[in-house]
Amino acid sequence: MTTTPDQINHDLINHDLLRPVARASARFFLVVAMLGLVVLAGLSAWGYQLYSGIGVAGIRRPVFWGFYITNFVFWIGISHAGTLISAILRLANAGWRRPVTRCAEVITVFALCIGAMFPVIHLGRPWVAFWLVPYPNERGLWPNYRSPLVWDFFAINTYLIGSATFLILPIIPDFALCRDKFSGWRKTFYGVLALGWRGTQRQWHRLETAMHIMAIVIIPVAVSVHTIVSWDFAMTPVPIWHSTIFAPYFVAGAIFSGIAALIVAMVFLRHFLHLEEYLPTVCFENLGKLLLLMSLLWVYFVFAERLTIWYGNQPAEVAVLWLTQNGPYRYLFWTMVACNFLIPFPLLAIKKLRTITGIFVASITVVVGMWLERYLIIVPSLSRKFLPYAWGTYRPTWVEITITAATFAAMALLYVVFAKLVPIISIWELKVGMREESESSSSVGAVSRVRPTRSGRGEHETLAGVGFKNSQGVKL
Amino acid sequence: MSRTASLYTICPDAAVAQRTVDALLTAGARSEDITVISAEPFDRYEFGQHEESPLMPWLVVLGAILGGVVGFLLVSLTTKSYPIVTGGMPITPGWITGIITYELTMLAAILTTLLVLLLTAPLFRWRQGPYDVQVADGKILVGINPQRNLPDKVREVLKACQDRAERGPV
Repeated sequence: MTTTPDQINHDLINHDLLRPVARASARFFLVVAMLGLVVLAGLSAWGYQLYSGIGVAGIRRPVFWGFYITNFVFWIGISHAGTLISAILRLANAGWRRPVTRCAEVITVFALCIGAMFPVIHLGRPWVAFWLVPYPNERGLWPNYRSPLVWDFFAINTYLIGSATFLILPIIPDFALCRDKFSGWRKTFYGVLALGWRGTQRQWHRLETAMHIMAIVIIPVAVSVHTIVSWDFAMTPVPIWHSTIFAPYFVAGAIFSGIAALIVAMVFLRHFLHLEEYLPTVCFENLGKLLLLMSLLWVYFVFAERLTIWYGNQPAEVAVLWLTQNGPYRYLFWTMVACNFLIPFPLLAIKKLRTITGIFVASITVVVGMWLERYLIIVPSLSRKFLPYAWGTYRPTWVEITITAATFAAMALLYVVFAKLVPIISIWELKVGMREESESSSSVGAVSRVRPTRSGRGEHETLAGVGFKNSQGVKL
Repeated sequence: MSRTASLYTICPDAAVAQRTVDALLTAGARSEDITVISAEPFDRYEFGQHEESPLMPWLVVLGAILGGVVGFLLVSLTTKSYPIVTGGMPITPGWITGIITYELTMLAAILTTLLVLLLTAPLFRWRQGPYDVQVADGKILVGINPQRNLPDKVREVLKACQDRAERGPV
């Protein structure tokens, strides 16, 4: 069966990618219920903390930042997966980005929401969180622009608004598709969300121009966000923190953990939503290579940071250095090194091991390793400040552990619900990619696949020129 | 505004849509009266290229500059409004003013992009112009505004294209 470049099988693509939106299995409700319970446990723990006071958390003098700020930095870092990667790939016009971008952009928005909650939880009195908002108020409180926390307020909100816009704009045509394909309440629901989208060439032009501008704008915003998060630390005279390397180190670490989180999410989506054809091996391979690059960059930064501290030999900094490498934090430190480099490096560098399973395992270890890294940046430095009277220890309590577990569940829950309400792969972008690939290689012809029918005889379906190849170079 | 009765035809692919548009133009239709609706952008076809948006980037730049000015004023005026004695030292140094100004510049650029898109696309016009749900299946709608004085030839072209002609609201 041959096709002309325009003959993409719209029915098949619509069917495959709208199926998860159209149907909700019992497994979906079970997953939602389980994740919901964990989130509920986290909310209860937070409620307990609000009722009893921040003393129920493990943070004590001098370690005032513990799990909460670790989670804050971790989730803000994870948020770099989506928008930044998506924007770079868009500008580079990388064809394989098309099935990946939305999966990634969603992570950004939800991770930012979760991350931004932690300073509020950490405050202990969240009802005064609005004091962070700089306005000339009647209490005579001066908005302290010199505080990096105020910079965070501006940076995170800008990034959140930008990322949400970057996510929502390309969804509008897919909402219109849902409106046309569904009936009943769904038609009304998606009709409202489609904002009157019809698909005129004028609308397409405006949308593509807007997406291009957004991709350009969002990259420096994304970099600035984690730079400013790093300045929360680097502006402080605490051993190891007060360093110029922190900003690029944090940005690199954020991208590193972000890519890993994206891969984990994509593997789950591919498996549970049966999107094997739409999230092909090549997407994982390319992301795996990026992860490898970031792993090497991470090692470089860690080495550069630690070498400088060791050579400088300032007592307070060297004390923290040995505390993490040889002292009580050594198990966490070497686990972090294993998770961020020793395990993922061979899995990602050796071609035979760079399978989806290998990349998935590497990504899981990186997510764990990067959480540990955030913890090891914060706690050891605070527990060994310059003078012995400011030395102390930190042990997280069940409240902090429960809230931390709940945020992971909340992330998964939001992602699962989103994938149920919105096509998780940008359908129109996928079609454009297929058509362009088909146009550029029309001589190769279309790729067919047999799709089982009720009669069992098999119906020949065509996914015209899907622009992906697997690891063996065979077109999918 | 209610959706008016419109003349349109449904084309199976972009090549046919392009031929239909060409035939309509040859028959005397004005390009601004022709509407092409598709489920994806067709930049490589002529009908997908006639809508340019040269102003959008400049409007975004303008919005960004405005945001930057607002950011600068927010920091400088807010700090001035507090009578703190600092011995001549700046309450908010230039470095920090730069950070806030930068963030608000980018925020304004993002919001301007969104606003310009919503206004110029245009969105939020639910019942205006021709539409057919077959577009969702990959078909391409080529329509023409019937309220102007249409040459008979244009109607003939649409009829010749078959599929659909002279339909009311979907």
